[in-house]
Amino acid sequence: MKTKSPIVDPRIIRLDLEKSASFNHLGDMEVWGTYEVFHQKKRGDQHIHAGVVHAPDPEMALVFAKEQYGRRLKCANLWVVKTSDIYSIGYENEDMFETVPEKIYREAGGYKLREKISQYKKSITSVNIKERETL
Amino acid sequence: MYGGGYIFSEPTQKEQDDHLDDPVMLAAFEARIGQGEKIEPQDWMPYEYRRQLIRLIEQHAHSEVMGALPEGAWITRAPGFRRKLALIAKVQDEIGHGQLLYNAAETLGKPREAMINDLLSGKSKYSNVFNYPAKTWADVTVIGFLIDAAAIVNQVANSKGSYGPYCRALERICYEESFHIKQGYDAFVALALGSASQRQMLQQALNRWWQPIMHFFGPADKNSVHSEQLMRWKVKMASNDAMRQQFLDSYVPKIWELNLTLPDPYLKKNLESGKWEFTEPDWEEFYKVINGDGPCNAERLATRKYAEEHGHWVRQALINSRQQFAIPLA
Repeated sequence: MKTKSPIVDPRIIRLDLEKSASFNHLGDMEVWGTYEVFHQKKRGDQHIHAGVVHAPDPEMALVFAKEQYGRRLKCANLWVVKTSDIYSIGYENEDMFETVPEKIYREAGGYKLREKISQYKKSITSVNIKERETL
Repeated sequence: MYGGGYIFSEPTQKEQDDHLDDPVMLAAFEARIGQGEKIEPQDWMPYEYRRQLIRLIEQHAHSEVMGALPEGAWITRAPGFRRKLALIAKVQDEIGHGQLLYNAAETLGKPREAMINDLLSGKSKYSNVFNYPAKTWADVTVIGFLIDAAAIVNQVANSKGSYGPYCRALERICYEESFHIKQGYDAFVALALGSASQRQMLQQALNRWWQPIMHFFGPADKNSVHSEQLMRWKVKMASNDAMRQQFLDSYVPKIWELNLTLPDPYLKKNLESGKWEFTEPDWEEFYKVINGDGPCNAERLATRKYAEEHGHWVRQALINSRQQFAIPLA
């Protein structure tokens, strides 16, 4: 036996929702594309990818982006870009970046001078002492 | 807010035979997950990983959207301006979470519209707790405090899973939810410390909600042979029992310290094992409600359909937003 819904929401009683209960399918025309949203926390910061919204055009994408990504966190500015306009190197080629962090000669930390200098200083001092002894 | 107790579907033998994964790819995939790497939409993934993730994230998304219904109905009746503002903000967050999650699920290949259609037709599930009525304001405080608390236990666990887009959505969701539970607790405590009739109203609401809360994390995992694989793939991050224990550990003391009671005489923490003992909730009822025969299933779906129907003309108008009516010249 079906349990009868105990309708307790006055709004639902007022709207007589049972009449609308036949609507159960979104048409193909209602499928919207996605836009990638970039969020800037404050002026001067980078825009950082925040997520996606569905929208029929860029103006609506900005409206939805504001609702979705500018609602709670601090926000100075938002960008939207059509997802299909983004080009990306696939993860299958991820290995081509593997050697990037290995090239230590391009890092400040790759040059160690202090040790050489202190060794030099030490050798100078010992030479001076030897020179004095021979005098 | 999210309903746990999602039901992963056990694949049939035929499904398993039809979608045998390449063993080399599978081993590489499992090794990556083992190292704590995130899987991205473009990556190779086993058929069953994709299928269960779509199901999980989709159920999660529906739960966010449907979960806003019992609370949304109380905005006009929330006591006082501050509580109304908090409730509006919370409901708005929940709908936003639904969108974030639909987007995450969509990266796995199921369009958002298909998910919404499956919700409307009753094919897709959402958390059982939202098929129970919020009869009084006290029910709303119990939802805001305890259901959201249970949801956070679940979501924090899931946010450490293996699928990148889901984890990123959850990170944002967990940040926003931290206020939900606090505003719920605040309203809950206000009633608990209030007049005798306020306390009575709260106690009755607790009694009504205790079983749905015990159902929340789903049945014990021993009934699912599939759980082990899903946990290895980091789709499921903690067992239903472990999450239930964690929830009881944190929140039962918070209820008892207010001198409220819970309607289970056997509920107690076993000091030796460190585990909570309780009466098993009625799992038949759990399955009955999941399959559409709960006290509010019909009403909730009708509300959702109403919203879709009345938004239809707006969506249509937006498709051709530049179109204008032109008066015939001659």
